[in-house]
Amino acid sequence: MSNHALLNAINIDKSYAGVHALKNASFELRAGEVHALIGENGAGKSTLIKIITGAVEPDSGEIHLNGTPIIHNSPRVAKNLGIAAIYQQPALFSELTVAENIAIGLEETSLLSRVDWRLRKQRAADLLARVGAHIDPDAEARDLTMPQQQLVEIARALGTHAKVLIMDEPTASLSEEDTQNLFAVMRQLRAEGVGIVYISHRLEELLVIADRVTVLRDGRTIDTREIADVDRQQMIQLMVGRELSAVYPKKQVQIGEVILELRQLGCSASGIHDVSLSVRAGEIVGLAGLVGGGRTELARTIFGLTPSDQGEIFLRGKPLRISSAAQAIESGIAYVPEDRRRHGVILDLAISANITLASLDRFSRLGALDLSREKDVAADYTRKLGIKTPSIFAPVATLSGGNQQKVALGRWLVTNPSVLILDEPTQGIDVGAKSEVHGLMTELVSQGVAILMISSELPEVLGMSDRIAVMCGGTIVATLDRAEATQEKILALALARDDKA
Amino acid sequence: MKLNRYKRELSAALAYAALLIVVAVIAPSFFSAANLRDLALNNAPVLLVSIGMTVVILVAQIDISVGSQFAIATVAAGWFAKSGVPMPLVLAFVVMIGALMGALNGALIGILRLPSIIVTLAMLVAWRDSLRWTTGGEWVQNLPPNFQWLGLGQSMGQWLIVIAALLVLAFFIWSLRNLAAGRAVYAVGSDAEAARLAGIEPSRVTFFVFVTMGALVALAAVLNAVRFSTVPSNAGFGLELKAIAAVVVGGTAITGGRGTLVGTLIGVALLGTIGTALTFVGINPFWEKAIQGAIILAALASDFALGRVERMRTAQKNA
Repeated sequence: MSNHALLNAINIDKSYAGVHALKNASFELRAGEVHALIGENGAGKSTLIKIITGAVEPDSGEIHLNGTPIIHNSPRVAKNLGIAAIYQQPALFSELTVAENIAIGLEETSLLSRVDWRLRKQRAADLLARVGAHIDPDAEARDLTMPQQQLVEIARALGTHAKVLIMDEPTASLSEEDTQNLFAVMRQLRAEGVGIVYISHRLEELLVIADRVTVLRDGRTIDTREIADVDRQQMIQLMVGRELSAVYPKKQVQIGEVILELRQLGCSASGIHDVSLSVRAGEIVGLAGLVGGGRTELARTIFGLTPSDQGEIFLRGKPLRISSAAQAIESGIAYVPEDRRRHGVILDLAISANITLASLDRFSRLGALDLSREKDVAADYTRKLGIKTPSIFAPVATLSGGNQQKVALGRWLVTNPSVLILDEPTQGIDVGAKSEVHGLMTELVSQGVAILMISSELPEVLGMSDRIAVMCGGTIVATLDRAEATQEKILALALARDDKA
Repeated sequence: MKLNRYKRELSAALAYAALLIVVAVIAPSFFSAANLRDLALNNAPVLLVSIGMTVVILVAQIDISVGSQFAIATVAAGWFAKSGVPMPLVLAFVVMIGALMGALNGALIGILRLPSIIVTLAMLVAWRDSLRWTTGGEWVQNLPPNFQWLGLGQSMGQWLIVIAALLVLAFFIWSLRNLAAGRAVYAVGSDAEAARLAGIEPSRVTFFVFVTMGALVALAAVLNAVRFSTVPSNAGFGLELKAIAAVVVGGTAITGGRGTLVGTLIGVALLGTIGTALTFVGINPFWEKAIQGAIILAALASDFALGRVERMRTAQKNA
């Protein structure tokens, strides 16, 4: 390993619509090293990667390659400079063969030049052999399994002869054997002077393959260390590393009977299995875990969007079969989804129409809507939730993110749910709106609602939950009491290596 | 603020008003009672189909089979009448047939989730060709005397057709605003997944929208057929394009979720009278199609411009 900086990201700053994703972050990659990049969900890893590969433009800061700044970066410019990336989700063209997929981006041709099919196939076979994959170059990409697709992605990246290779969770779907093959290839590339940025939640792997590790937290670079100087526990501490800064309005409320109970619940289509959990009246249960751990999938199964095929759901002790959202709503379950802009509200509809959308039958007689009652109720909730708008008839698209989230919440409050599932309820909204949402949750539990809250923000989970269920690999691996839970414990559980995958 | 929400309809209305003023100055005879009556009669069936098309486009679908459905319904009306079925029952039977044809579209599109443009393209060809095969291209003649004008006589019959079309329009305007079903149509059209998360079943909504479309097409076909003493077997040719054009000119977003029937009414009026208006002003009617095309493009251009202004305003507000 040389000490010569191959790639240098200097003071990178980036905000998306109100969310400060990167704050003055810096990162240095040397030629001939494997440099691990770690951090919690939302720490800014993906944004940093996208800025390096030119997919996203930073607000400020520079990327230097071999000491020269890259000007007007774009995926094309980055590729020509020898920067290649492999993403967590393979992005192959499913209608094309493996050889064609590998050829895309490798063959420098004009649109009219002839394809040398023999060469194309030969190169694909060579690259696949290098990563130790037994895949037919003539197979169509859509017939491959997830790990096979990942190996094709890796082969394609190798073919670019990149100087900088970025790997985002490449082993997430790989078997132990494939992982070892990949590590062998990485060591070989490292010996050839390639700089590799390696992102993984499997901290044990980093101890094996990485030379240095950089920790991101809340968009900032926290530290860069030699891998020999840290252990798993220290890495977790660096990733978490903050105190409970915000004040959470957690009040002690009377915890009542069990409202929602899951017994060995599973859904093979979305990969969750053997989930057992209960939520009581007046209780907030936090659902922690990493992206891909199965939290949103579990919520969607409870809400009937991907109906369960194993186990049982009980509501107030009665078994319940839920096969559609309409049924879930009727049973008193409400779900505020994660992707607010897309699915939590309907942007074209007025605030009033959004608020009553999940309880239309309560606002209608013989199918005819009582528009004046709708107006009253919408005005009432708009005031109660502090939704800032000139008119309750304004389309939701005209509101800010925090106010849209309040509309999404308001819609479910109108249904008077006994179980409220919140998926990342405060993601991407400003601090003021956040504490308003937390205040609202507190009020709801004091009225006896059972809340299941998914959140990637550990302080929020710790601050708001009575109990915390940690998911990993599609199931709940542990349930912690409020008193015993710490960020370190949760993260250690969420990172537990899933051997079944 | 209130006007702001209808600015898209307003721009079509203003364009139409401008056209009428020009015509009033150059050729006031355009506004003779006889001419206006003819225009209303010609456009009443188109209006009925366009009402259905508006709802279909609001749920972000399309139906290009309406012209062929119209032909089948027309011939069916003739056959029923000829075989001695009383006219009120003819109307009921034909509307039922229309609803069934719509239900077939609805089942394939809503429940099997096939793309509506392909399904209705197939239906456009299938219905039209099976009709041609069945009738051998022959018109239905020797209809009973109570067929034409529903046996009410010309002037009563004419009033009935126009009033029926306007009543249906009023009912649908009210329904889209005041029925839970109307709300569901807008919700599914803007974001089907979000509607599903709110407990609305997009497949059901889509199914019934197509059933409604079929029933309206059949009603339009009967009201159109009774104007004549014989029934053609090739009616409704190109009707789908007329209806879609009227909906788009009336400001309904082709991507679904946004639009009103008032806009559609203006669209039907604008496109349905431009040809006659041109003749009165002394322009060669061969220009009609070209000018209709230009109107559609102008409508899209104004959507684009208004959309950009809107986005800029929203961005400023949120910044």
